[in-house]
Amino acid sequence: MDFTLSSDQRMILEMLDEVCEKEFAPRADEISETGEFPSENVKKLAELDLFGITIPKEFGGLGMDYATWTLIAERISKACATTGLIFGANLLCSYPLEEYGTEEQKKKFLPPLASGQSLGAFALTEPEAGSDAGNVQTTARKENGHFVLNGTKIFITNGEVADIYIVIASTDKKSGPRGLTAFLLEKGTEGFSFGQHFEKMGLSALPNVELIFNDCRVPTSSVLLKERRGFKVAMGTFAAGRIGVGIGALGIAEAAFEKARAYAKERVQFGRPISSFQAVQHMLADMATKIEAAKYLLYRAAWHLDRGEAFEQLASMGKLYASEVAMEVTTKAVQVFGGYGYMKDYPVERYMREAKLFEIIEGTSEIQRGIIANLILKER
Amino acid sequence: MNSQPERPTMDIVVCIKQVPDTEELPHIRVNRETNTLVRESAKGIINPFDENAIEEALRLRDAKGGRVTVISMGPPQAEEALRKALAMGADQAVLISDSSLAGSDTLATSYTLAMGIKKIGSFSLLILGKQAIDGDTAQVGPGLAEWLRIPQITYARKIEINGNKIRAERALEDAFEKVESTLPCLVTVTKEINIPRYPSLKGLLSAKKKEVLVWSADDLTLDRKRIGLEGSPTWVIKIFTPEAPPKGEVLAGEMPEVADRLIEKLREREVF
Repeated sequence: MDFTLSSDQRMILEMLDEVCEKEFAPRADEISETGEFPSENVKKLAELDLFGITIPKEFGGLGMDYATWTLIAERISKACATTGLIFGANLLCSYPLEEYGTEEQKKKFLPPLASGQSLGAFALTEPEAGSDAGNVQTTARKENGHFVLNGTKIFITNGEVADIYIVIASTDKKSGPRGLTAFLLEKGTEGFSFGQHFEKMGLSALPNVELIFNDCRVPTSSVLLKERRGFKVAMGTFAAGRIGVGIGALGIAEAAFEKARAYAKERVQFGRPISSFQAVQHMLADMATKIEAAKYLLYRAAWHLDRGEAFEQLASMGKLYASEVAMEVTTKAVQVFGGYGYMKDYPVERYMREAKLFEIIEGTSEIQRGIIANLILKER
Repeated sequence: MNSQPERPTMDIVVCIKQVPDTEELPHIRVNRETNTLVRESAKGIINPFDENAIEEALRLRDAKGGRVTVISMGPPQAEEALRKALAMGADQAVLISDSSLAGSDTLATSYTLAMGIKKIGSFSLLILGKQAIDGDTAQVGPGLAEWLRIPQITYARKIEINGNKIRAERALEDAFEKVESTLPCLVTVTKEINIPRYPSLKGLLSAKKKEVLVWSADDLTLDRKRIGLEGSPTWVIKIFTPEAPPKGEVLAGEMPEVADRLIEKLREREVF
């Protein structure tokens, strides 16, 4: 067992800390207030080569591991959860490409994703297919060496700002999940358009958009992996994505904890700082303990992923635990701040609104518990 | 065929200094006996104005071709600052480091740097930050230009290169001044000139593989009387933290009564 960071990781994180402190954190409130897509932050991530961390060198990336990606996503999310999720959603496109793409598909799509010239997105969710991911209604009909897509996707993160989309559609309705196929699509393809931008409780600057396919024709070469293997692509992508979503939640929890700790030391009531009261101390102790526990679940999931070992169970555990910890820690942070915590003048109420999303996206807490139960019951 | 050796169009040398991070000011300690900073007590950063100098050099090189060499004089840990410059994109880095250089003032420093720059070879442009945020003297740049006998443009907030000429806009206290000079030339730059880049990941990783040349005093052709403490006419007699003024007294209460008490206090102290 070794928990030390490599010298490369330390060097990268030191640089990133500076960027987060000077660029991302100061803008986080404003981004949330205006709801404007943080294109400056995305540009910065691209300039720093951060989008290319895990992408192999031959495709323009840095060829580093997912553990490093995880450390980086944690820092970004801690400074600005919106930017963290944009960064994470991009992985939902680059990861399946790396994992399931043909050489040709990788050559075409990975370099622009690595440089940040293109953003990526992954589209499965539909009005009737959320937790029931197999119930996709969007169809892809085979026609003269092409597929013709029809249907609607909702809540798609990075929708419209992304240039490259992985879209799950049914090529064989009768077969349910086994009839699903994953397609690679570019923005601008005829018959592919954007609809509603959904307004949310928090993370207002994160694009969650409706995708509309209206007789959208794509060549058969745009199939990812194989026809009727779309469910496998989706499940594999979500498993890795859960590490990303979990780490985003962790980043928010860390930010909320640090704000609460600093405030508890400063805030004087009854003639002394509230950090001297046991009730507040115990809250802070619980927050810190749970953050540490969540962190190592996720780090270990990433570590197994890098080693090519089964990581799905740990990824689900990490996502489940980190998102629930984030909800608890941000709620307690508001409590430590008292009346001020409920006010928009302090960021803790924002953290609380942001944290809630993480218990829902990339598989709700209930779905995670189901996955974990399935896996642990398989063992003897 | 051109028989002349191929010479890049824009060879630029940037002088940088590692300074204590001002954000860590509360942790910086001073050695009371030697009147110098305890360098280990604070994290070192590249002097912020020097980051602007590096950025300007990189932009010029990227536009015109050539090489950017970064040079610094300082203790061995100044190598970190040079590594960051390499990570930002500089091609080459030189550290002049020798215990005999300790105690150098701006005259001895500019002399030593000038000798180091001569060893590097020919250049079109020499860029520095307008001053270092620790000493705040703004003397090393002008001193260097004199040692190297080249023209100097200080406090530049904008520069433009055209062939063998440089045009610059100088930020003076009450005006901007447009000047022109031939190359080679020394320029010191202000914060306004650009926004320095952060090193990219690729830059950081490739900087690890680049070498920082370390030159000792013996590696340079130096007049020993001009370096270190001996070569420094400026001696620091004392360095100290100014004592905080005593806290004032607040007189609280209703208006006419407070005014009376104030007058009484002033009379007690024989102010009038």
